[in-house]
Amino acid sequence: MSTSTIIERCNELFEDLDFTAAREWKAAEAGRKVIGFMPVYIPEEIIHAAGMLPLGVVGGGDQLEVIHGDAYYQSYICRIPRSTIELGVTKRLDFVDGMLFPSICDVIRNLSGMWKMLYPDVYVRYFDVPQNYLNDIGGEYYRHELEELRDGLAELNGNEITDEALNASIKIYNERRALVREIYAFRSETPWRAPAAEVYLLMRAGLVLPVEEHIVMMRDYLEAAIAEDRPMRDSCRVVISGSFCEQPPLNLIKSIEMSGCYIVDDDYLLVNRWLLEDVDADGDPLLNLALAFIHKSADTAAKYCTSKEDVGQFLLESVRNSNAEGVIFAAPSFCDPALLERPMLADRMSEHNIPHISFKYAENSGQMQPIREQAGTFADSIKLWS
Amino acid sequence: MNTAAKTEVVKESSMVRQKEMIARNYDALTSTAETGKKVASTFVPGNLNELIMSFGMLNNLPEINAINNGMRRKSGMMIMDAERRGHSEDVCTYVKADIGQMSKGNIAPNGKPMPPPDLLLLSYTGCFTFMKWFELLRHEYGCETAMLHVPYTGDGVITDNMRNYVVKQLKEEVIPKLERVSGVKFDIDRLRENLRLSAQAEDDLVWVLQSARNVRSPIDAYFGGVYYIGPIFSAFRGTQEAVDYYRVLRGEIEERIKKGLGPITPEGDMPEEKYRLVVEGPPNWTSFREFWKMFYDEGAVVVSSTYTKVGGVYDLGFRHDPDNPIESLADYCLGCYTNRNLPTRVEMLENYIEEYQADGLLINSIKSCNSFSAGQLLMMQEVEKRTGKPAAFIETDLVDPRYFSAANVKNRLESYFQMVDQKRSAKAA
Ligand code: SF4
Ligand code: SF4
Repeated sequence: MSTSTIIERCNELFEDLDFTAAREWKAAEAGRKVIGFMPVYIPEEIIHAAGMLPLGVVGGGDQLEVIHGDAYYQSYICRIPRSTIELGVTKRLDFVDGMLFPSICDVIRNLSGMWKMLYPDVYVRYFDVPQNYLNDIGGEYYRHELEELRDGLAELNGNEITDEALNASIKIYNERRALVREIYAFRSETPWRAPAAEVYLLMRAGLVLPVEEHIVMMRDYLEAAIAEDRPMRDSCRVVISGSFCEQPPLNLIKSIEMSGCYIVDDDYLLVNRWLLEDVDADGDPLLNLALAFIHKSADTAAKYCTSKEDVGQFLLESVRNSNAEGVIFAAPSFCDPALLERPMLADRMSEHNIPHISFKYAENSGQMQPIREQAGTFADSIKLWS
Repeated sequence: MNTAAKTEVVKESSMVRQKEMIARNYDALTSTAETGKKVASTFVPGNLNELIMSFGMLNNLPEINAINNGMRRKSGMMIMDAERRGHSEDVCTYVKADIGQMSKGNIAPNGKPMPPPDLLLLSYTGCFTFMKWFELLRHEYGCETAMLHVPYTGDGVITDNMRNYVVKQLKEEVIPKLERVSGVKFDIDRLRENLRLSAQAEDDLVWVLQSARNVRSPIDAYFGGVYYIGPIFSAFRGTQEAVDYYRVLRGEIEERIKKGLGPITPEGDMPEEKYRLVVEGPPNWTSFREFWKMFYDEGAVVVSSTYTKVGGVYDLGFRHDPDNPIESLADYCLGCYTNRNLPTRVEMLENYIEEYQADGLLINSIKSCNSFSAGQLLMMQEVEKRTGKPAAFIETDLVDPRYFSAANVKNRLESYFQMVDQKRSAKAA
């Protein structure tokens, strides 16, 4: 199979705002349930172990016309909650049995309460994570939270979720994590062979497909990408930071690459690679998931950084590991966490002489010209001074 | 009675006392070089004042500094300054006012420079911005930080897991850090004594806030309310001074009820009570007087507000408890208003409208504050639906004068009052 066939399928899934694939999965067997979740991270393993489908909901993008959603939000609030409400009001999420709202910011947090009021029959959970990273404090708290999630889903299903099932799910997700890492590493090494928009679509497919299918899809893609010969361009290498929640339009990702920047790392769709290493698949699965979160997870503005020195280290490592030449801070307008953190990250980059620029976007931004120009000038200046 | 004479009356009472307390606190903060006292910077919602004081430390609240700068019309410049230094125009203006103040020498209202904090006590509830705000302060000061993560009550209840988590953090993280920074050993009896004083003041505060149930309310529970919550939401909860302040305040209000008086405004007693409102959301500080005037000129009294619950929801029964000191600090943090989920907030508003016999709900939506604002439009619809009372929505900001449009706000309010009138005449008919 060629990369283009695979990406075509990913694109279909991406454009399908009715979530047909997930609907079909649910309809294929009586009693199947689908659990939606928002950025930035939830332990999909628990949903999977319950025999349910985790469905990533990251707003409506630029294809959805938001008509009702705007009536729920003031103009100074980002786009993702209003387009998510739009998906709800237009019944595009009517097959979803539960919705999880991770602890990422006040907007998503409050959306959990709105969902409770709007959809009283749906299992709605605000999914909290610890900001204390000591095993017996944050770890213990989080383990209990995971237990509550497990018990909530078990009740919804009417079946117990066993440790064996959880460990088996952890194994499958380990496989996926390994493949995601491999694809990111492949792109970072040879970005012309795995364009950012393709990798993005591939990762995005993981939000709506069963993990087993996603694994096959990623394997096929990697194999095909390795086999294909694509021309290398004289682009500079950049890392994208700040796009961990509301997603940019696909055109924006394409525009950045067209303007002369290879995206060699990013924080889009972090759920696929939030846990940085394999999770121990033996023993107490909830404890293992909790410890992985505490000690081996990605960093975003939604997390507390325990020391001044640690702020920006994750990004710095990403720049180093991917041999990037610069950072593009691209955050959604009105995104408090990303925008509040940006000055600290920018200072950290400056300290290490890493060039950076920043701009804001919205999931429905239409005009790409200014971004193309800004990224183009950035690429030129990197080439000139490096 | 002329205005000057009326102002005299206002200044004779609890306000004078409060003004002195605040001035003394700023003097204490700006003289640590001489006194050797240590300072913890912390936030209003979820502040651990009793605990901080039990280590002999002072409490500095950046939000209160931002409010002060807002009311003295200094925040606008500070915010623009922070924006010039790379802070986004989209984020909370308290943060930018604070950072702007810092870059201008961190001058307190008494004209003296504020000392750098010895500890950033990141004890906060109900808002993610707080976390990044203190990371930004740490970025500037580089001082020691203690973090207390307070989980959000997403299902509207405080679970044992949440409480245990907060208690554990207090015992194993926060208290040892306070000991280290202050050089003072933790004394639980000192903490208990402070908590006992807190509970006394809390009783009187609740009495004051609930006095607005009288039809012909003796207080305004929003514009006046922000003064009433001042001591208990800031550096005085757990002090004898606060107990005395609330005793005096209560006495004054008892007097007002006896005399059949309405709330005090900056222009004297309100002559009539035409509208009774419940308000959701913080006020605007840069045009606070002008904003308030739009209400009292129309005879509108705010009988209950949610903003006066951000630093503790005492009217629903919570009291700091000297018999369970650490647990009660945990429950306090977990129960602050914006740490409650939206259905609970809607329920509170609905109950306030019923219990305080209000004519309706007004939401002042703050551009800066996602914690309050995200979801308020749905809250408004729900409250309208459940109470059958009209609701209105206005938009301003906390301390950024660019987002206070007096003409817009006035227009909205006028049409709202008309709506209430229509509803009344329809009911009468
Ligand atoms: S885009 Fe930012 S502010 Fe908006 S919901 Fe996501 S994290 Fe929150
Ligand atoms: S976002 Fe709201 S609650 Fe948070 S610091 Fe700003 S004003 Fe306070």
